[in-house]
Amino acid sequence: MDVTIRVKRQDPEAQDERRRPYWQEYPVTIADNATVLDALIQIREDDDGTLSLRCSCRSAICGSCAMRINGHAGLACKTIANTVVQNGVITVEPAGVMPVVKDLVVNFDMFWEKIEAVDPYLKHMGQEPEGEYIVSNDAMLHLSSVTACIMCGACVSDCTVLEVDPTFLGPAALAKAYRFTADPRDGDAEGVSMERLWGLSEPTGIWDCTRCNECVQACPKGVAPMDRIMAMREQAIQAGYDNNNGARHTDAFTESVGHSGRLDELRLPIKSVGMMNLPALMDYMPVAFRAMRRGKMPPIMHQNVENVEAVRRIFNRTQPEPASPQVSNNSPFG
Amino acid sequence: MKYAFFPGCVSQGGAPELYPAARMVCDRMGIELEEITGWTCTGAGVIQEKNQLFGDTLNARNFAKAEQMGLPIMTICSTCQGVMSQANHRMRNPEYLAEINSHLAEEGLEYSGDSEPKHLLWILIEDYGLDRLGALITRPLNELKIAPFYGCYIVRPTEALDIAEHPERQQSLEMLIQLLGATLVDFEGKTRCCGFPILTINQRNSMAMVGKHTSEVKDLGADAMVTPCPLCHLNLDGFQPKAASQARRSIDLPILHMPQLIGLAMGMSPNELGLKRHIVSTGPLEVKMRGR
Ligand code: SF4
Ligand code: SF4
Ligand code: SF4
Ligand code: SF4
Ligand code: FES
Repeated sequence: MDVTIRVKRQDPEAQDERRRPYWQEYPVTIADNATVLDALIQIREDDDGTLSLRCSCRSAICGSCAMRINGHAGLACKTIANTVVQNGVITVEPAGVMPVVKDLVVNFDMFWEKIEAVDPYLKHMGQEPEGEYIVSNDAMLHLSSVTACIMCGACVSDCTVLEVDPTFLGPAALAKAYRFTADPRDGDAEGVSMERLWGLSEPTGIWDCTRCNECVQACPKGVAPMDRIMAMREQAIQAGYDNNNGARHTDAFTESVGHSGRLDELRLPIKSVGMMNLPALMDYMPVAFRAMRRGKMPPIMHQNVENVEAVRRIFNRTQPEPASPQVSNNSPFG
Repeated sequence: MKYAFFPGCVSQGGAPELYPAARMVCDRMGIELEEITGWTCTGAGVIQEKNQLFGDTLNARNFAKAEQMGLPIMTICSTCQGVMSQANHRMRNPEYLAEINSHLAEEGLEYSGDSEPKHLLWILIEDYGLDRLGALITRPLNELKIAPFYGCYIVRPTEALDIAEHPERQQSLEMLIQLLGATLVDFEGKTRCCGFPILTINQRNSMAMVGKHTSEVKDLGADAMVTPCPLCHLNLDGFQPKAASQARRSIDLPILHMPQLIGLAMGMSPNELGLKRHIVSTGPLEVKMRGR
């Protein structure tokens, strides 16, 4: 197969214009079953020894070769070239978010700092058990999907929040945190990781994720970091850490729909930033005023959907045990 | 052609200009819409994060109602589309579907698992046909440069959205913009997040996202951005002034709902399409259209 590999190159240490990112095209002939990594290695061996990239195992195990292929992060060694050719071209860029060392090699310092920040080791609270820890097969099987992480950084590369805010813990570290919050040996005797969940509920933690699914899409190992973050939100709410905008937002949203079948958009900000948080509420006011002038405000009289009783019954029936407060006609959304 | 219409809360709440615009455009195309009576919110992914079973049951309820009507479902919101597709994907597991149906039985409803809810954007390409739509374009938007913005949920995760079977879904908005005669302003951010879900949680980051996408497109010379997602519209339009002040620059990029852009190309007036209701003025765009 003949294909052109278009590579975004950069050498920040160069004294000339190569300091800044530039594109270079390499026409290559590769086998039909070649991976993108095979093509890049071939270029480096045969055409241009100055092209820098990282790889080791070539079989999706070591996590070295994450990069952006046609704009989305993935492992070059796991991507069959002929599945990603677009009009005869494959576009390859370094992973995002992390700074470029050279060409396709990025600096992983921030990646490891974030992993370290979540204390990636078991922390048992209270008394140690006398004998060994017995963990059920189910619990371990569940964890195996998270421990499958190979620390490749593909999720971090494409995270929409990290792109604008480097202080966010990010998908890889948060998935790692879940590996412990979901481990029955971590935390108190019931396996509840109170201290972790408290820390993770702070800014830069679980509530800062936009639920954009980029990390789920990018992860080559099915770790699905976003799904883990959502699971930790539920764990945190269950553990009682619900006094923050994120938890209040989720609660208010669920309550509104559980009560009336639809979303009461007007009350959502009030409930989710908290009635008492006047400065934050004021922040929404100019927008609300502009919206009102343009006739955009949601209906003040929030109406229930037809046969709303059925919705309320479903809401009550699907509550997890122990049951959360039941929705009644006296709900504050009435 | 007839669909069970699922308008979504936002097209009647925070972005009320979308609902009539979508209806007008469908009318012109001869697509009949019958609103699902008593539909509920899809849960927007928010309810699913607290209680997936409740969220998915709400979707099954909407699907079952559409099945009673004997019609396929149309949405006009990327978020609704994504949440519906994800719920539907999970319900391919027969045990889960049975559990959900047990909660619907009381209301006399049952969902077969066979619905395929579709966004108007997909319907135009897959069911209606771009050729047919092309024949209704009486006012090609030749003078306009338009950038696409999809909204996360209509592009990810690809598995739930059946992108493998419908690869054209990933190019649908670009195809539409070009069909309407406008010049496509392509940019990397088109499939990224607008930041709406963290608006009340981390407003600074949310505004940084709005500012990034809108200013990038503005600097590429676009006259407007078009989106099939009313939530994206809320953030990209409603909060753009705030994003601009955080970014310490002016942006002033009009954001159009997808049916509004189609309506303009069908010769409908900016007024009847509700362009006046936007926060960022569409004035310059209208002037450009008149000045031809
Ligand atoms: S879902 Fe959350 S963690 Fe994952 S990429 Fe998006 S913002 Fe980042
Ligand atoms: S979660 Fe997935 S994408 Fe992220 S570092 Fe681990 S293996 Fe890579
Ligand atoms: S997902 Fe959003 S737009 Fe769709 S029905 Fe729910 S609140 Fe409305
Ligand atoms: S871009 Fe934002 S508002 Fe739009 S669908 Fe994605 S998360 Fe929702
Ligand atoms: S080379 Fe090891 S994961 Fe790709």
